[in-house]
Amino acid sequence: MTLGTDEGSSTTPNLFTPRRRRILKGRRGLVASTLSSVVLIGALVSVFFWAPGSASVRFYFFNGHDMWQSFIGHPQNGLLSVGRGFLTNIWMCLLCEVLILLLGLAVAWIRVSRSPVLLPFRVLSTAYTDVFRGIPLLLVVFMVGFGLPAMGLGFLSSQSPDVYGCIALTITYTAYVAEVFRAGIYSVPNGQILAARSLGLTHATIMRRVTLPQAVRTVIPPLLNDFISLQKDTALVSVLGAIEAARAAQIYESTTFNGSGLVVASLLFLAITIPLTRFTDGLLDRDRRRRLAALT
Amino acid sequence: MNAYPSNEVVLDLNNVVKKFADNEVLRGVSLQLHRHEVVCLIGASGSGKSTLLRCANLLESIDGGSISLFGQSLLHDHIDPDLVRRHIGMVFQSFNLFPHLSVLNNIVLGPVRALKRKPAEVREEALALLERIGLRDRANEYPDRLSGGQQQRVAIVRSLAMRPSLLLLDEVTSALDPTLVGEVLDLLRDLAANGTTMLVATHEMNFARDVARQVAYLDHGVLVEQGTPEEIFNHPQHESTRTFLERVR
Repeated sequence: MTLGTDEGSSTTPNLFTPRRRRILKGRRGLVASTLSSVVLIGALVSVFFWAPGSASVRFYFFNGHDMWQSFIGHPQNGLLSVGRGFLTNIWMCLLCEVLILLLGLAVAWIRVSRSPVLLPFRVLSTAYTDVFRGIPLLLVVFMVGFGLPAMGLGFLSSQSPDVYGCIALTITYTAYVAEVFRAGIYSVPNGQILAARSLGLTHATIMRRVTLPQAVRTVIPPLLNDFISLQKDTALVSVLGAIEAARAAQIYESTTFNGSGLVVASLLFLAITIPLTRFTDGLLDRDRRRRLAALT
Repeated sequence: MNAYPSNEVVLDLNNVVKKFADNEVLRGVSLQLHRHEVVCLIGASGSGKSTLLRCANLLESIDGGSISLFGQSLLHDHIDPDLVRRHIGMVFQSFNLFPHLSVLNNIVLGPVRALKRKPAEVREEALALLERIGLRDRANEYPDRLSGGQQQRVAIVRSLAMRPSLLLLDEVTSALDPTLVGEVLDLLRDLAANGTTMLVATHEMNFARDVARQVAYLDHGVLVEQGTPEEIFNHPQHESTRTFLERVR
């Protein structure tokens, strides 16, 4: 073996795609992808329609009349509108998101602070994030929803289920979001901090003017991911009796013995989460490309 | 050669020792920097040049010896490191411009937020500085639109905007494309000609020879020898200095 390039081969190497793999290239590739799509979708659809219980499932979940009825509701018959219930999901999600972002940032800030005065808060916020990232959200909803009213704390104990639901969502999601923020803060290169310190900026100013602006930019995509889960998890508040989309669909089901409302609720959630997911993926993609471009 | 000799000691490093765990990076380094003086630190990578600069800036704490700035010990309990750093400019190998701020705001941040000066006034000054380095028309662009040489010149101007008493330069041309090194060194030559006090860690031997009043050779955390460029480059006293200079020549 010589130290250098291969000097032994004088023949021209073969650079052509093997014949049996050419089917996947160019115009034929389009044919191939169309064909495979048709086969896959066809298989899934036929399983759905040929299954022994297909007819009853279609009647129970995908009944056009019941889907519409559950969507608009029928107050005289005690049927609540899934569509109107979904508005509750939306405002809970929006309100909680604002609270979560503010509190999450505060908790993260405390966790990375160094001031001796904040030591007890630091210990507390570490314990808080550890505990609430570890407890299933459903249990937190139960504990807040039944615990707070039982405490006899006047104003705090006389709220509607919606409010307790929001409190539970905020408590749990703040713990997640605080960790996302913290990861973002630690992702800012050390050179940035060194440069800022060399300018004689104080710790707090560096945080506010140098670290956080960069951290927030990097954590926007993961935050949007949490926002999507939050939007879905508003349905868990139904266990407290809050009338949101899932709860309205359940009531419709137990009254009319038809589950089409559940499908309607699912479609409503998808109408929000799919665009958000696409948007988040787009952002992540742009981010990745930019980072790759920065490396060259 | 420097036009402004002076006897006033700005920075006084005395027998400085720095350890990272068991690794002794500086083993008793003593060095004085006078006003209007340029001192170049030369030596292989890992010889302790960067660490020495960071210690001078209190970015690293030291394990022995003393550091004083204008005769005041920086090891005193009541010294505020943030106040110290406002008098010492530092420029890094990797520029470290703030990517989320425009060129102008990179320069304005320190004087406005640390020195509490009026933004309008500082902005004027920053634009004048950018004019001097020929980058006034790039003031509102973001650092990633600039070449490495331009970024490094902005970084130098950013530290100058604080009106520091001395500049620490940590291998500021080492991350640059060879074609861009010249513009940065030219700026440093201008600064030296204006009497800027600088402690420069560098691999650019020609620059050190032309600009420095004193050259100090560091090897494994020991300041082996120090002298005028003539003494160090033409008549090195120590074997290790000779070996190093032959290797980089």
